[in-house]
Amino acid sequence: MPKVKVRIPAPLQKLTQNKPEVEADASDIKGLILDLERQFPGIRERLLDEQGKIRRFINFYVNDEDIRFLKHDETPLSDGNEVSIIPAIAGG
Amino acid sequence: MSYVKGLKCRECAREYPKEVLFVCEYCFGSLEVNYDYAQIKKDLTKELILKRPETMWRYKELLPLDNEPTVGLNSGFTPLIRAGNLARVLGVKELYIKDDSVNHPTLSFKDRVVSVAISKAKEFGFDTVACASTGNLANSVAAQAATSGLKAYIFIPADLELGKVVASLIYNPYLVAVEGNYDEVNRLCSEIASKYKWAFVNINIRPYYAEGSKSMGYEIAEQLNWKTPKHIVVPSAGGSLITKIWKSFQELEKLGFLDKVETKVYCAQGHGCSPIVTAIKEESDIIRPVKPKTIAKSLAIGNPADGYYAVDTVRKSGGYAEEATDSEIIEAIKLLAKTEGIFTETAGGVTLAVAKKLIENKIIPRDESIVLCITGNGLKTQEVVTRALPKPIKIRPNLASFEGQIKNGIHQKIAEDKVIEYYI
Repeated sequence: MPKVKVRIPAPLQKLTQNKPEVEADASDIKGLILDLERQFPGIRERLLDEQGKIRRFINFYVNDEDIRFLKHDETPLSDGNEVSIIPAIAGG
Repeated sequence: MSYVKGLKCRECAREYPKEVLFVCEYCFGSLEVNYDYAQIKKDLTKELILKRPETMWRYKELLPLDNEPTVGLNSGFTPLIRAGNLARVLGVKELYIKDDSVNHPTLSFKDRVVSVAISKAKEFGFDTVACASTGNLANSVAAQAATSGLKAYIFIPADLELGKVVASLIYNPYLVAVEGNYDEVNRLCSEIASKYKWAFVNINIRPYYAEGSKSMGYEIAEQLNWKTPKHIVVPSAGGSLITKIWKSFQELEKLGFLDKVETKVYCAQGHGCSPIVTAIKEESDIIRPVKPKTIAKSLAIGNPADGYYAVDTVRKSGGYAEEATDSEIIEAIKLLAKTEGIFTETAGGVTLAVAKKLIENKIIPRDESIVLCITGNGLKTQEVVTRALPKPIKIRPNLASFEGQIKNGIHQKIAEDKVIEYYI
């Protein structure tokens, strides 16, 4: 299973024992969210809405590219990838 | 005294204290300032507003500071111009330009939001301000940080217009040109903002910052003698301005300053970066981000933070949306200059080009009041029009040389072009 780095936004760092960066094992974004939930229980419901879709005000980036330009939550991950989870409300 | 009760999530309505917060910890929705409107209604009257200096701060009760403002004291209250010449060309009866191309101090509507944001950052005790910007915001943050004695870190896409780069550098900020588009700059800044304890005006100060845009709406209503127009065309990048203008009208109605608001709000974007327009036209519930490709760089946000709210605003008001191509933007910039003597930047060209289309397509009727929001100044984006303009007539410094040119009919040709292009 690929090992990736994940940058955690401030509002979720309470769940990661204040760690701004964590590691996860996953082959795509869906799997990443499952692995984060295994390590940090409660994080899944913060990232996904009631239908299990990524909340509309959260953006995921793999190596700085928005996953909505890739394969959304099926975007594949490989060893050493960096994933950023970033609140969508910024800028403008 | 302050009329701010706290912050509230726009999505799930969870309440937060008035601190340096911008997203809901639970659902990631954006936080919005929650005012004590009952108290404002008691304390704020039209008479009081009219007695105050003509700046945006005559509406200070409806802006989110706890104390008196400390920067941008001359911002706002830009002219609302009855645009008779342009109205004749467009074939409409009652047309106004809200001209923020002459806002103080940096010639764009961003002076409104930055005046609020930096005053607020000072209230919070920050010594450094920052922003991610397509240019106008950069200029205003740089200028207003300079007058406040704050350090400024400003992040812009590396390919910005020279005028916007110079108009930031002159104030001596730390100007960082990022090799990427605005959305990439913005993403980077979100990561920087969570690591460095700076006041990022459009990230962690955003709930306060965004409120500054409401002042444009209050002024329009006041300048129309406490009425709102039937139609208003607003350019959109992140979608905040259009949302806040609508909010300002609703607030004035709630305070009893005007009768029922029956304004239809129209969103204007450039072809090549129109995620909000696309969502409105396709009646879609999702905003698909895009990679921007338009000369309207000030509107080139492919991933608009307030996109959903902009779509809601347009739908609720009964308005619509349209986009303008690069050549339509340039023609509209020239048209506004030739008819009303206003030299706007690309965003203003987008607004006018879109208004023209909406009128021609009978979406905006010709016999009702229309306001166009002109948000920035053309002197900052000169390169986009330079090639579309005639060259000056060069002569030697003597009368014979001048009269020789007149005989050649060059001056006449330029004058005729004008007539043919715009008055048929």
